[in-house]
Amino acid sequence: MSLILDDVNRIAHLARIEVDAKEAEQVLGHLSGIFALIGEMQAVDTAGVAPMSHAQDLMLRLRDDAVTEADQHAAFQAIAPQVEADLYLVPKVIE
Amino acid sequence: MLNFTLKQLTTELAAKRVSSVEVAEFFLKRINTLGKTLNAFISVDAEKTLTAAQAADRLIAAGKAGPLTGVPVAHKDIFCAKGWLTTCGSKMLANFRAPYDAHVIEQFNAAGAVTVGKTNMDEFAMGSSNETSFFGPVRNPWNTQTVPGGSSGGSAAAVAARLAPVATGTDTGGSIRQPAALTGICGLKPTYGVVSRYGMIAFASSLDQAGPFAKTAEDLGIMLNAMAGFDPRDSTSLERAREDYTRDLEKPLAGLRVGLPREFFAEGMSPDVAKAIDEAIAQYRKLGCTMVEVSLPNMKLSVPVYYVLAPAEASSNLSRFDGVRYGYRAPEYGDLSDMYKKSRAQGFGAEVKRRILIGTYVLSHGYYDAYYIKAQKLRRLIAQDFVAAFKQCDVILGPTSPGTAFKIGEKSGDPVQMYLSDIYTIAVNLAGLPGMSLPCGFDRANLPVGMQLIGDYFGEAKMLNVAHQYQLATDWHMRMPQGI
Repeated sequence: MSLILDDVNRIAHLARIEVDAKEAEQVLGHLSGIFALIGEMQAVDTAGVAPMSHAQDLMLRLRDDAVTEADQHAAFQAIAPQVEADLYLVPKVIE
Repeated sequence: MLNFTLKQLTTELAAKRVSSVEVAEFFLKRINTLGKTLNAFISVDAEKTLTAAQAADRLIAAGKAGPLTGVPVAHKDIFCAKGWLTTCGSKMLANFRAPYDAHVIEQFNAAGAVTVGKTNMDEFAMGSSNETSFFGPVRNPWNTQTVPGGSSGGSAAAVAARLAPVATGTDTGGSIRQPAALTGICGLKPTYGVVSRYGMIAFASSLDQAGPFAKTAEDLGIMLNAMAGFDPRDSTSLERAREDYTRDLEKPLAGLRVGLPREFFAEGMSPDVAKAIDEAIAQYRKLGCTMVEVSLPNMKLSVPVYYVLAPAEASSNLSRFDGVRYGYRAPEYGDLSDMYKKSRAQGFGAEVKRRILIGTYVLSHGYYDAYYIKAQKLRRLIAQDFVAAFKQCDVILGPTSPGTAFKIGEKSGDPVQMYLSDIYTIAVNLAGLPGMSLPCGFDRANLPVGMQLIGDYFGEAKMLNVAHQYQLATDWHMRMPQGI
């Protein structure tokens, strides 16, 4: 499988990372080399093997449905790029 | 004091032959001189350090000292430490002051340890040379033209250059063991789930694990005693009884079965590394161990499998950096989508962006089964190889890295070559096993060689026993770089 520039631009959009035309060419070169390495996986037959998502095959623990966090919004918002009236400010999304 | 182990240092502190403040001042001075040359630290805060040292001295005076009280510790800048800059080596977090402590930091603080600074690292722990840091590369104290390894390169360089007696790191694909090997010190990655990941900035959550750096196996055990333990705030933290990781250090090794994976010795190792590993094997025979050939037939696939799974998890974890709640926001942008795209394009470095793009691709519609699920299936085969191997042996031995420290810039233009330098360490993370590196010699350019020990699940104490007995018989671990 080989990647093309359209793939790079598509995944850059999905990842919400701006990539200019010159950078896209360079990224394409690097990613093609990496995907050639990744392609080695296809040589092994994995029929009947269950996917492994956790090293000990454990399920994640559930906790009681109880409030455990204290209100720290002032501390957390003190490090935000832009805050007003306890709200995070972003560009207008509804016209 | 320069070459004291943690154990020696606490003995001196307990006997009041030196105070914690004096120890902290000694290492801070080194950090501000040699530390700058090596670029090993991202932040140093003498006032905070000395305040903690004074508190430790009060504990010692009151007879309340524990095994880490008053000991300087350098923390990898991936751990949130309240009030400290916590950058993760990225422009994205260059001004981020953590509003809370990571579990690991809490544990060290509670033990009375003294933070001497936050160490440099590859950006978001993505790298094997410490060259991807926004704050510049770290230099290896054995030869400042070479890399210290990565991603925990600053922590490894700090311990190797005697800027701190011990340090913390994290290991997703070898990020503790490989820099320990390249800088001639010891580093340990515990079994997945032993150390809480709470407050540790996430890279690949099914692989990330924190661990210690030190000069000796004994010191690693003391550190791990403080770091390990159940924490309900990390959903993958394991509920297990506390254990003393130093309990087996003195056990003789007679009769121990050491597994040598055929695939580790087949190809790829430099001749100097091979020679040092052979000599280590000979030493273990002298200690009464039996060598057993084992096989890890799927090990060669660990690099491709890792470079699907780790980027996939990273692309998800790093989606939180959007310029809204914390971290970098681009100075100029149009709409919301443009703000995300510009903030992430400007805030992340090239390697991090590369991995986010790989991860996004392998998780995207139409490719998920062929890449992500395929890699998860192979991950199981790789883990099963180790389960089979541990039926024949008690511990596995091999090299940590195919070569010694390479030149700064030598591999940074070729991601695939860089990725392949982790060939011996990655499978251990995929299987979730504990592994460590300890020094076992030098190459012809006087650069350190590390040997890797791999334990069975929860075999940390056994592994440290095997390393400690070697260190009683050899002195590679006490060698220091010249001129420091």
